[in-house]
Amino acid sequence: MTAPHATLIATQPIPARPAPVRHEGALRWLRAKLLGDWPTALTTLCIAALMLYALPPLLDWTVWQAVWLPRLEACRAEGAGACWGVVAEKYRFILLGRYPFEEQWRPVVATGLMLALVIISCIRTCWRPWLVIAWAAGLLAGFVLMYGNTLGLSRVETDRWGGLPLTLLLATLSIALSFPLALLIALGRRSNMPAIRVLCTVYVELVRGVPLVSVLFMASFMFPLLLPQGLSIDVLLRVLAGIALFAAAYTAEVIRGGLQAVPRGQLEAAATLGLGYWQTQRLVVLPQALATVLPGLMNNFIAIFKDTSLVTIVSLYELTGSLSLALNSDADWRAFKLEGYLFIALIYFGFCFALSRYSLWVERRLQQV
Amino acid sequence: MPLMPPAKKTRWSWRSHTLRSRVYQALVVGVIVGLLWWLAANTAHNMQTRGIQSGFDFLTQPAGFDIGETVLPFDSSEAYWRAFGAGLLNTLRVALPGIFLATVLGTLLGAGRFSRSVLARGLCATYVELFRNIPLLLQLLMWYLLLAQALPPIDSPWVSGPLQLSKNGLAWHGAQSSEATLTLSPEFLALLLGLSLYTAAFVAEVVRAGIAAVPRGQSEAAATLGLSPRQTLRQVVLPQALRVIIPPLTNQYLNLTKNSSLAVAIGYPDVLSIANTAINQTGRAVECIAIVMAVYLSTSLLTSLAMNRYNARSAIRER
Repeated sequence: MTAPHATLIATQPIPARPAPVRHEGALRWLRAKLLGDWPTALTTLCIAALMLYALPPLLDWTVWQAVWLPRLEACRAEGAGACWGVVAEKYRFILLGRYPFEEQWRPVVATGLMLALVIISCIRTCWRPWLVIAWAAGLLAGFVLMYGNTLGLSRVETDRWGGLPLTLLLATLSIALSFPLALLIALGRRSNMPAIRVLCTVYVELVRGVPLVSVLFMASFMFPLLLPQGLSIDVLLRVLAGIALFAAAYTAEVIRGGLQAVPRGQLEAAATLGLGYWQTQRLVVLPQALATVLPGLMNNFIAIFKDTSLVTIVSLYELTGSLSLALNSDADWRAFKLEGYLFIALIYFGFCFALSRYSLWVERRLQQV
Repeated sequence: MPLMPPAKKTRWSWRSHTLRSRVYQALVVGVIVGLLWWLAANTAHNMQTRGIQSGFDFLTQPAGFDIGETVLPFDSSEAYWRAFGAGLLNTLRVALPGIFLATVLGTLLGAGRFSRSVLARGLCATYVELFRNIPLLLQLLMWYLLLAQALPPIDSPWVSGPLQLSKNGLAWHGAQSSEATLTLSPEFLALLLGLSLYTAAFVAEVVRAGIAAVPRGQSEAAATLGLSPRQTLRQVVLPQALRVIIPPLTNQYLNLTKNSSLAVAIGYPDVLSIANTAINQTGRAVECIAIVMAVYLSTSLLTSLAMNRYNARSAIRER
């Protein structure tokens, strides 16, 4: 008689393990981590060889041979590395776009304001109701500052806006606008009312099935057709609405995950206490659901932040677009576009990396509680 | 004695849960239908006053524009629907190899996070953080620029066997013919490279999470049973990890397909670029955008269907 998994069952006793080796000291640690057994050693050696091959020329280009000052002749010289001078020369245009030169303190202040809001939102003691009011006030102040037309500020049309302030404004506004909508959609998808459930499901699946670029095309080409004649909405607002509606579907799915994680007993307990639907959601379900999916929400926010770069396709000059605008118009510096791209890649990386580290930190904090 | 069912409530008061929920639903549906109707009426009116024709009849008219690269031959005298078909094929032509490359590279990177070598772990982690945190559009533009600068000029291509690499792209020359039998343009190469490298970072995270989700006790138990590391991986760890990996992996495949629409930024003629050209030529924004959305929706649905099939097969059957 043979068992069905006879080949899986050992017939010989496994030899006893050797006594544990001492794993102390830097050298031993390094040996264990780098050269443990032969596959590990092989991997380590291959990667080390690759790094020895690739790193010196890369460092040469980015650091040792690079030109840091905005000198065109030095950049064009034979054997010159990266021309970071292009950033020194064009940073105002890249960061602020076509905003009128003498008024550029306004977008700078607006950017500072939004950054300050993001930073205080990351501090746990500031998670109070006033934070919402602070965001509303801050975004309004940023908008007024950029647009002007009041308080003695001259009017600057939205087509002159650009660069980092536009990126931040698009990202924060679309997150702020999409979140309440996403909450409603997520609740709707789990509602007892079939019509509402179907509507929310169809919305989410439709939006998640199409790319953001097509939504942006729709916002810039089709939106004017949808509105009654004479009523025209600024292209920035149309694009903003497009991103917010798009992001809401994704955020709703993240929130729905959290709603599903709340045990049924919580709802029943709330019903026993006599809480109504909205009271139950506000006091019992949402606090637990949102805490569970906070990391997912942060990832989602990072994705929205990165997605704002797509508005350059419909001719809004945020960071990516303003870089092209700054360099394409200047025949001298056009050759160093790659350095410009790397510069804004660094900005995006800085924001996204900081946010993702923060989300990991929050996740660990929540697990400890 | 059997329990009697509760007496049916016939009183329609505002306190009745059923009545309230029906009223709410009727209200919401009414508002949404009204809104859609209003938008449709506006559109119809606007199109009438601006003299924009509507309808899909333009699809059979000659397109009048050339497409840079196609799978099947295409010239400007052919109909619009053929142009859209060529665009769709171009989308698939970049999405399918992209999915393959991203899966291979992502699996290697994700598994590399569990290597015993610190160097390998560090390299994989750096890759993931670097590629995940920079917008795809920016990466695509960079790859395109890099290829445009780094590729050798057309008159002195870099040759290796039947392969020729130049600013014209990668060409495969057949055994005898001097004409290239297969050409991949720089736009295609940049898009494929950008999409697969970007998505690989996300696939790596999915794979890592999947492997990490298998409890350590499982591989320890397998070792106790006398299974070799190879057997442990094949019989114990992978079947359990795959169950966790496949649903988010499907999402990544869908994302890659949708992200291929960024081709419009570097001038690769995918279905969205074709639609963009068609909108500019015919002015039929509504129809063209509807076609694009239908194409992406159906690709998404088909991909999820296929992956769900595979998922059902690989899922562990519980009692």
